[in-house]
Amino acid sequence: MRELLRHAWLIARKDLQLEFRSRTALVSAFVFTALVLVIFEHGRDPTAVPTIDLAPSILWVTFSFAAMLGLNRAFQAELENQALDGLLLAPISRTSLFWGKLGANLVFVALVQVVGVLLFILFFNVPVWRVWLPFLLVCALATVGFIAVGTLFSAMVVRTRFAELMLPVLLLPFLLPPLIAAVAITVSLFAGRSLSESGGWLRLLAGYDLAFVSLATFLFPATVTE
Amino acid sequence: MLWARELSHAFGPIRALDGISFTLDRGRTLVIFGPNGAGKTTLLRVLAGLVRPTGGSAGVEGGRRAIGWIGHQSQLYGHLTVRENLRFWGTLYDVPAGDLERRQGELLARLGLDARAGQQVRTLSRGETQRAAIARALMHDPAVLLLDEPFTGLDRLAAEELGRLLGELAARGRATVLVTHDVKEGTELASDVAFMRAGRFVAFGPRGGRDAAALTAAYREAVAGA
Amino acid sequence: MTLAQRGRWITIGALVLLAGIYVRALHFTPVELHQGAAQKIFYLHVPAAWSAMLSMGLVGLASILFLIMKDARLDRFAAASAEVGTVFCCVMLTTGPLWARPIWGTWWTWDARLTLTLMLFFLFIGYQVLRGAVTDPRLRANYAAVVGICGLILLPFIHLSVYLFRTLHPQPIVLKPSAPSLPPEMLVTLLLSFGVFTLLYVGFVMQRYALGDRDE
Repeated sequence: MRELLRHAWLIARKDLQLEFRSRTALVSAFVFTALVLVIFEHGRDPTAVPTIDLAPSILWVTFSFAAMLGLNRAFQAELENQALDGLLLAPISRTSLFWGKLGANLVFVALVQVVGVLLFILFFNVPVWRVWLPFLLVCALATVGFIAVGTLFSAMVVRTRFAELMLPVLLLPFLLPPLIAAVAITVSLFAGRSLSESGGWLRLLAGYDLAFVSLATFLFPATVTE
Repeated sequence: MLWARELSHAFGPIRALDGISFTLDRGRTLVIFGPNGAGKTTLLRVLAGLVRPTGGSAGVEGGRRAIGWIGHQSQLYGHLTVRENLRFWGTLYDVPAGDLERRQGELLARLGLDARAGQQVRTLSRGETQRAAIARALMHDPAVLLLDEPFTGLDRLAAEELGRLLGELAARGRATVLVTHDVKEGTELASDVAFMRAGRFVAFGPRGGRDAAALTAAYREAVAGA
Repeated sequence: MTLAQRGRWITIGALVLLAGIYVRALHFTPVELHQGAAQKIFYLHVPAAWSAMLSMGLVGLASILFLIMKDARLDRFAAASAEVGTVFCCVMLTTGPLWARPIWGTWWTWDARLTLTLMLFFLFIGYQVLRGAVTDPRLRANYAAVVGICGLILLPFIHLSVYLFRTLHPQPIVLKPSAPSLPPEMLVTLLLSFGVFTLLYVGFVMQRYALGDRDE
């Protein structure tokens, strides 16, 4: 187990190192997040719908799309010089490879979310800081399961044509449960209700995360074996 | 050291490998000649454990840890420096921290990459990249070398240098399998020779001091007879 | 008789029976009190939903078995089932609004069951788009199996999440803990319809599978 985590950490660290060097995916994701938030802000009628009702949906849709854009990054870099073969040849388990990729993706998405939330507070003037800890929990829970499936799928689509289009097509149905849950909980939090009132939703998120992180870990070898 | 027994591999209607059996001891260098599509790369990938064959078996003593792979793709990360690449791959192969620096230094010196060590791989020339790829493959001191058309794209000088290096490595007890479609390139290195066509060995045996011309003739004969 | 021919006979048989169901539904089954004649679509809509779920369930099962046994036939079956499932999804997604409009005054609602079917439809489409984008047969089979299994596991979560969110759909009438609250004639028609749709599924899949066999 320790070996597993150590190798996963090595791979995640390498991925993040690469990303910070080239910065392309990260910057694109930041810019995209900002753009989408701006468009949403201008696309709505401020007199018709109170911000605080619509804001969570806007935030979570933005997060989801930015995350999906970043997911292809993980395996794209491995195809450049066939480094993926190198990773498969190395005496590491497929699981540590998957977890390494998943870890790097989660860090990437977390960074995008931080920027997103900051812009969100700026544009929409929502009192996030009052409930920042529960909100953080919801962000983490809602993201993990979805990104696990996304990492799994990105390993597959990266070798197909239209990879950037394929991934959202495959991934969108998987977005629905965490999205619905996250929006519901966020709305409730912003309305001043405590986290415990969203117990059902939280259980759904936890179940979803558990199910899909396990499933994705289990299925990953099938995507890289020939 | 490494072996194959009744190895076969089919995908769809195509038989990539068709009943291959052989063994190779340490210190021997097997060069496999064959036209494109003969299944040479597939055979190598099965030996490396990248592909699970549909029939028969193959293996390398010592498992993945003992294998060093050199292909025409470098398996290096463009945005990392040569040093960073070597360190990453070395650590992944569990080279002890103390040895890491030393081996890195030795390989960089031996391959003439000292000047380039701190530069990102994407800035290197084709020949330099190939040398860096060799360094990567040798970081963990593998007992078995698998080479997939390693001379592709190298100029005369670089090819000669590579040949020299491979000869040295073989002399120090490594078992090597090299596949190529160019008889001239592999001849000097071979202790054993195999001709491959349509997934099977049409000839297999010691080189017996034959030179490139003799081998070409033998190859044509074997292929015509098959 | 070849597989395709047998499949064709079964399909024709099922379609004839379907016509029979409709005669029964339109003339011999009482008209529902609140919903009127539009409710008759129920006999088409609900079994279509069942067939779509069946298709997905079998795609998932075949995918799991494929990853274990690596038999190409399982992959072909999954592909056939997915295509057939798409068709049933379309039936359900068109009959749903046709039913909803006269009764609820709206073509579409985001309630648990309709949304589930829509997501099922997208899963099937995604599955087939992926299959189309991969040329290597072994890779394609592996990838499809992965998506198939994930899709299957996703369904209960979608159902749960949308159900927690809102429910506008008629409450379950048949699958309730207590006895089904449908009058007997309606129940019989419905059950017969389920049977016919299952038969239709079998017939379609047989033909599609046989076609897939020829393509390889």
